[in-house]
Order: sequence, then C-alpha cells, then structure tokens
Amino acid sequence: MKRNEEKSNRRTFLKTGVAIAGGVVAATLVKPFTGVVLATEKPSGDHPWYGIGIDIEKCIGCGNCASACKMENPVPAEPFYFRNWVEQYTVKNDGTVKVESPNGGIGGFKQTIPDEEIFKSFFVPKMCNHCAKSPCSQVCPVGATFETPDGVNLIDKSYCIGCGYCIQACPYGCRYMHPTEKVVDKCTLCYHRIKKGLLPACFEVCPTNARIFGDLNDPGSDLVLFIKDHSCRFLKPHLNTVPKLYYNALEEEVR
Amino acid sequence: MEHHFQRLYEVLTQVQGYIYPNEVELYWSVLIVLYPYITGLVAGAFILASLERVFNVKVLKPTYHLALLTALAFLLIAVMPLVSHLGKPLRAFEIMMTPNPTSAMAIFGFIYLWYLMVVLLLEIWFDYRRDMILWLQTAKGFKRFLYQVLTLGSRDLSPKALRFDDKAGYIITIIGIPSAFLLHGYVGFIFGSIKANPWWSSVLMPVIFLFSAMVSGIALVMMVYMVVSKIRKITSDINALDTIAKFLFYILIMDFALEALDQVHRIYEAEESFDILHLLVNGKLFMSMFIFQIFLGTLVPLATLAVFQFYKPVEKIRRTIYFIISVLVLFGIFFMRWNVVIGGQLFSKSFYGFTAYKNQFIGAEGYLMAWFWFLVPFAILAFLLWLLPPWKKHEELEAQE
Repeated sequence: MKRNEEKSNRRTFLKTGVAIAGGVVAATLVKPFTGVVLATEKPSGDHPWYGIGIDIEKCIGCGNCASACKMENPVPAEPFYFRNWVEQYTVKNDGTVKVESPNGGIGGFKQTIPDEEIFKSFFVPKMCNHCAKSPCSQVCPVGATFETPDGVNLIDKSYCIGCGYCIQACPYGCRYMHPTEKVVDKCTLCYHRIKKGLLPACFEVCPTNARIFGDLNDPGSDLVLFIKDHSCRFLKPHLNTVPKLYYNALEEEVR
Repeated sequence: MEHHFQRLYEVLTQVQGYIYPNEVELYWSVLIVLYPYITGLVAGAFILASLERVFNVKVLKPTYHLALLTALAFLLIAVMPLVSHLGKPLRAFEIMMTPNPTSAMAIFGFIYLWYLMVVLLLEIWFDYRRDMILWLQTAKGFKRFLYQVLTLGSRDLSPKALRFDDKAGYIITIIGIPSAFLLHGYVGFIFGSIKANPWWSSVLMPVIFLFSAMVSGIALVMMVYMVVSKIRKITSDINALDTIAKFLFYILIMDFALEALDQVHRIYEAEESFDILHLLVNGKLFMSMFIFQIFLGTLVPLATLAVFQFYKPVEKIRRTIYFIISVLVLFGIFFMRWNVVIGGQLFSKSFYGFTAYKNQFIGAEGYLMAWFWFLVPFAILAFLLWLLPPWKKHEELEAQE
C-alpha cells in the first residue's frame, strides 16, 4: 500500500516536472527572447515615423540652423531661449574639454584656444531628440505635451499650465519657458513645414547637409540609409528615453 | 520684460563652465522650495497628533488639537506657492479635471484633496462636533454664524452620538497615518522620479522627504505650542515638551542616517555625475548644506537632544533650549528643501558647468511672495485657534475642574 502511494507521488512529480519544462520550452518557441536596440516598438500603421540624423563630421559650426530656427519660429531673440543650438567641443592635449555655445552658435564660432594646445575639436548641433519614450510628456500633469502618431513631440500651448516640470524632466535641455507666452516652448520639428512636404528650417539651411530628415518607417528614406551606412549613437542612451535623433561620429565627451 | 532679460544677462555673466543655453534661467524658484517645506510641515504635525490618538501617548494630550489645527492651517495653503508659480495659474484646475495618469504632479492633486477632505477636515470635525454644538449655545454674532455653518445642522449630543464621534475620529486617524506618509512621500517622488537629474533621481528621496517632514512638523508643533502658551500666559507642559523632544531626537537620527546613506552611496558609486555634484556641494551649496542644513539644522539639535537624554537642566533652561532647537530644525529643513530644489537646478545636465540663482525681493516669485505664503498659515492658525480653541474643549474644562 505504502509502496503504491510512493509510486504515485513519484509519478505526479515527474508528470508535473515534464509539464513545466515542456511549457517553458513551448513558451520560448512562441516568443523567443530577442535583444532589442530600441526598447520601444515602432508604432504600426502606414503613417510616417519621423526621425533626425546629424552627421557631426560634416558640421562646420556656421550656426545657420540656430538662426534659421529663430527666424522661422516664434523663438525670442534673447540668448536664453533656443529650440536648437550648436556646441563647440575642444579637447585639449592635457585631456580637458572646453565646451562653448555663444548665443547658441548663431553667427558662428571663434576658437579661443591656441592651435598647438588642441588635441581635437568638433561641432555638435543639438535639438529636441523627439524621444519615443519622452520623459517630458510622461511628467506633464495635464497632458499638454504629447507625441503625434508620426513621432513628433509637441506642446499644446493653449493647454500648458506653465509648471515647468517637463523642463526639469528633459535630459537634453531642449525646453524653455517662453518669457511672454508664459508656457513652455520647444522644437516642433517645424511641424507646419513637414506636413506640407517641406524640410524643417534648420535642415533647409544647412550648407553641408549635416542634417538628415526622414521617415524611420520607410526603408528607402535618406535617414534609414544614413543610419545603415554610419555607426550612429544617441545622446544619454542609459536614460532609455529612446531618442529619434541619430548622431554619426558622436564622441564620448558630448553630453 | 526688459527687467527680466536684464537679470538673465547678469546671470549669464555668472555662468561657470558650459551649460545648455536654455539652462541660464532657473525655473523652479524659492516658491517651489516652499511647497515641499509646507507640505512636510503638514505631514509631520499630523503624525505627531496621531501619536497621541492612535499610539496612546497620553502625555502629548496638550498638543494634540494644536497639532491638528496647525496641520490644517498649513495644508490649506500648501498648493498656493505652486499655483502662484505657474505660468498660467488660471489653468491650474486642469490638473484635477484632465490629469495625465503618468505624471507624478497630477496625481499629487488627488492625494492632496484626499488628505484635506477625507483625513484632516473630517477628523477635526468629529473631534470638535460636540464642542461646536456647546459653543453655539453661548456664542454671539459672527462666531455663532460660523458654528451654525460648521456643525452642518448636527445637534445630537446623546452618548451614542458622542461614542460614534470618538470611534470615527479614531478610524480616520488610522487612515490618516498612511495618508500622511503618502502625502509627503509623494512629494519626494515628484523629485526622485526625474531620471534626467542625478541630484534628485534617488529611490531614497521619498523616504528622506518623509522623515525630514516628520522632523520639521514636530519642531513646528513644539514651537507653536510654546508660543501659544506664552501668549495665553500659561506655562507650557514640560512633560509634553520632553516627550516631543524625545520623538524629535529619534526621528532626527533616522533622518540624518538616511540622508547620510544617500550621500555615502553617491560618493562610493561615483557615477558619471559625481564630479559635478561634488563641485556643487562644495561650492554653491556649501553654506546652505554644510552650515545651515547639516551643522545648524541637524548636528546642533541632535547633540543637544542627545545630552538631554542623560542630563536634564532645569525646566526654564530646557524650555528656552527647546525653543531654540525647534527654530533651528525648522531653519535646517527649509535649507534641506532649498538644497534639493535649487541645488538640483544649479548644475547643467551637460555636467559641464553651473548657472546662478538670482532672485529678486519683490515680484511674483520673489522672496516677499515666499514670506507671504509662509506667514499666511500662521494667520490661519490664529483664526482657527480663535474659532476652535483646544483649551476650551469640554475635556480640557473637565480636567481643570
């Protein structure tokens, strides 16, 4: 009698064990683990998903992009408000880094460090990264900041309460409080232009084509080809904001 | 506007290193320092009150109602610094009407209302219902009208009704303790959840905010109790003060330990942001952190209270020292909030430099406005003490007879 009980216990144990192991294998086959580059899924549907490419190797620091932005959009002229700007990085022979962006780069740059002290120097245009998991729209208390279905991060200015929480949440410093409108302002990727099939103002004026605008959903777009051909990186990838701004030749010093 | 730009140009000359161009202006000013400060005072005062009610610390009886009314006075204006700081204050109510569920700030509105409506107002109402009905019979004029409104038509003084008051008050206090924890822990989360800012982004932030809230709330009630006693020309109950001081001592130790843990953790891990934070703490925050917050606001009170555990000077000296300690603690916790809020915006998120904070005295976000919102609760408290004097409650009068 006792032997039988033991036998049946053993049988149940084996059965359960096999069932669990089989289940795990089956589940793995159904949804195999894949490493992800983007920790978010591209939205489905046949509309575009806009992104940006910036080729640092091509940027000459003319600052046309920054000034075109202020001309095209209602950005205050004072040097405290920018939807996009250019930074000049100079790595010295002693390893120290000097970063400058006088008036956001409008009017170009002057190198203040003597040539013989310079290890290397380059320009980095900055603008809203139009993150797929944007911390700014996560924290907006009223949902005034939102992402459009085509992947552009915008603000409904008639709804923004001006609390500034999104300014704190943006890791890239891309937002500011508009001094007269008293609401937050940021890059719209010239939404009014791209919806008409035009390029954003900063892309339009770039003399070296260092800026590439395109649709990440379109495998033949300039942007997708640019990302394919270059080893691109994001800014601050550890924050998992999933930017849609891809930099070619992004150096370690850039933050 | 010209004046505003002028000020920003001045700040621009004080920028050190490189900051993103949009970072010259520091958007969360002294009013946002005041907001977690005042919310913390509320939570702390309530927790002290609940000690008497739920944990039966009878010796705290003289401060029980005072603590509740203090919490209410501060809670009533707790969101005002926040609202008056908004670019569009008239749209503030949208936070309640169309909240974004992923926003910590949006959810705070509901926690605030829950705490005000369900916890504090209900508790005080049940606590004062009998007295308001009794006072109504003798009061005249405006005061009579107020009692009439506040009793909400209730006139039942039967033993059954009174038993219900007591029971309801007890249950609400039990709900109130986790609510108070939530209220202020949540304020910590508003800062602690900002991953872009390494000075804020810490899982310990809600806990640190909670303990510092308790410290400041206890100190506030201690101070208010002594001042009110002085005005009423009675001697404050030294046993109550000793007990409050003892709680202050324990919680101050925990608060200090938690903050130290947070800093030790940062220093040991020394992540990417460490260098800039190190410069921040030893530079722009040196005075407000090491001198105001840690030395004056924490170590001096802590050392004094530690000595009191072994050696107690005579009552008169003890009272004076308690008063000084409560003021020091209140001062220190204010600068703790300052170091979090202002400190977190002084360094650039590029980690390459600093901006400067240059506030005016007058103006929508000036120091005058901050003082105004800090002093209004005391006026409200004076009004509440006139309307609902704890020392005229029936149990107090019974005790005196």
